[in-house]
Amino acid sequence: MIEIKNLHKSYHMGANSLHVLKGINFTVSEGEMVSIMGSSGSGKSTLLNILGILDEADEGTYNLDGTLIKNLNEKVAARYRNKFLGFIFQSFNLINYKSALENVAMPLYYQGVKRNIRVEKAMHYLEKVGLADWAEHLPNELSGGQKQRVAIARALASDPKVLLADEPTGALDTKTSYEVMELIQGINDEGKTILIVTHEDDIAHMTKRIVNLKDGIIIDDSVVTQVRAKREAYV
Amino acid sequence: MFNIERWQEIFEAIRKNKLRTFLTGLSVASGIFILVILLAIGQGMSNGIAKEFENDATNRISIWTNVTSVEYKGLNPGRIIEMDNRDYEMAVKKNSDKLQLKSGVYSRWGQLTNYKKESGSYRIEGVSGDYQFLENETLVIGRYINQNDFNSFEKNAVIGNQVYLDLFKGKEAIGEYIEIAGIKFKVVGVYTDPGGEREETRVFIPLTTAQRVYNAGDKLRSLAFTLEKQDNYEDALAASEAFSAALKADLKAKHTIAPTDERAVNINNTLENTKRFYDLTNMIRWFFWGVGICTIIAGVVGVSNIMLIIVKERTKEIGVRKAIGAQPWSIIGMILHESIFVTAIAGFIGLIFSLLLLQLVGPFIETDYIRNPSVDFSVAITTVIILIVAGAIAGFFPAYRAANIKPIEALRDE
Repeated sequence: MIEIKNLHKSYHMGANSLHVLKGINFTVSEGEMVSIMGSSGSGKSTLLNILGILDEADEGTYNLDGTLIKNLNEKVAARYRNKFLGFIFQSFNLINYKSALENVAMPLYYQGVKRNIRVEKAMHYLEKVGLADWAEHLPNELSGGQKQRVAIARALASDPKVLLADEPTGALDTKTSYEVMELIQGINDEGKTILIVTHEDDIAHMTKRIVNLKDGIIIDDSVVTQVRAKREAYV
Repeated sequence: MFNIERWQEIFEAIRKNKLRTFLTGLSVASGIFILVILLAIGQGMSNGIAKEFENDATNRISIWTNVTSVEYKGLNPGRIIEMDNRDYEMAVKKNSDKLQLKSGVYSRWGQLTNYKKESGSYRIEGVSGDYQFLENETLVIGRYINQNDFNSFEKNAVIGNQVYLDLFKGKEAIGEYIEIAGIKFKVVGVYTDPGGEREETRVFIPLTTAQRVYNAGDKLRSLAFTLEKQDNYEDALAASEAFSAALKADLKAKHTIAPTDERAVNINNTLENTKRFYDLTNMIRWFFWGVGICTIIAGVVGVSNIMLIIVKERTKEIGVRKAIGAQPWSIIGMILHESIFVTAIAGFIGLIFSLLLLQLVGPFIETDYIRNPSVDFSVAITTVIILIVAGAIAGFFPAYRAANIKPIEALRDE
């Protein structure tokens, strides 16, 4: 599903150049649930941005579902993001003057889906995250966990190939974090490929594979036994 | 354009920033307001000037004489030059194919005129039948001086509406006799003149009668002509200028006046004056357009500024939208749409206010040079187009900036 080879990325700030990614080789197959760990400055966010077609690598190749992602113009990049990827952010990034339902329907709007179909599909995903009753509420009327679930529903709405989550539980307390992780695990059980950037060990262990990044290179890449969030929540 | 979500977004953005949107709108509204009012004043000036020229036929050429100012052929300056019937006949004969209306005039100022116990002091003018049209007069009742009056020295008079009101106080005037300088004249008509009261305090009698009554022999005070119509304005102007120049030269030769003497023979060419005034109003109008457009530009800069701030504030939201697949064009469209919407609504409010003001106050404005300031439909349409273009320009730079927002940068500031 995801295949990157020898990925390099540097940031230039004035005269200084910061070599963030120093040759990443990394493959994710369909249905995997991978966490990317690393301290701040390890390059994990940069990697996620490149995976999310929000940023482009200086060197190396990136194949997403058999499509080479390189030198895309804004228009094509936007289309690929919409078609291939679902984003989940730490701070949810819901649009605060739109109801939960409208937020979920947004990717479909950009796909050009008709309004009634859009609403129907968005409702379906809201049901899936257990927030059907909150469809007409604005984000500021929802709790943090609910907001993140709306964001997950939004990420799922366009039926992407890969879900990219950047610290999805970073702004949540432990209990809520586990509820959100339970939901994400459920989505993975249905076969969706999921990548999670986190620096929390317990969250990382709820995935099936942990990739450890340090100073721009992968220092460790190992399959782990998945801890189910549901069981954990009741301990 | 007709997309509920986008409208929702615009209204949401406006609702969140009522004061800011209001102030921005105010600058655009006042820009349009000023533009429309200026254009209306420009129109009012045209109307006023057109009104000034309605007094007389628009292509009238008047000739009158004065004292000489230059010594010539041994004759001293200061000689009084008087025209007579022969001058008139010469002009008519020479230009018989060109002239349309023609009249010699013998006039006297401030002549005591009575009807029974009522009296007034009016200007008496001896003229021929054509003079009605040279003065652009309309008869309220009766008839004008005719050829028969002229040929047989009839003591008939045509009085101005004001004279009629002064002397007859609304009673039947036709067939009544008024006394001018002690001689009885029969009133045969009452006229009205677009020039108003000033032009209506005159009494017209046949030229021949006037010359006889005032013992003037064959002297004339002035000549008045119009030329045959031409196909276009430029030709008409050229023809009347040529005619004026030739006639002036002839009169100078005949009365032994130095060709360089600018005082002795005077010609007033209405067409030339009209042109001068219309050139002036055109210039004023362009100036007003310029000033108005500048005020709109100030408004547009305001809108643009606000939109830039909005884009800045919504950087994150735009980043999110891009992350979930918004095309650059949909972002540009969103910003442009909002900008055009704000400009157009504010502009329309300014337009409506200015039109209301013109509607309410305009008809009461009647000074010498401004009359009924108003704008016509095409001007209103032009301003509407200006508004939409202005909105698009105002939105373009912020929209361009929004389209260039990089999602990662927008999402980074967490």
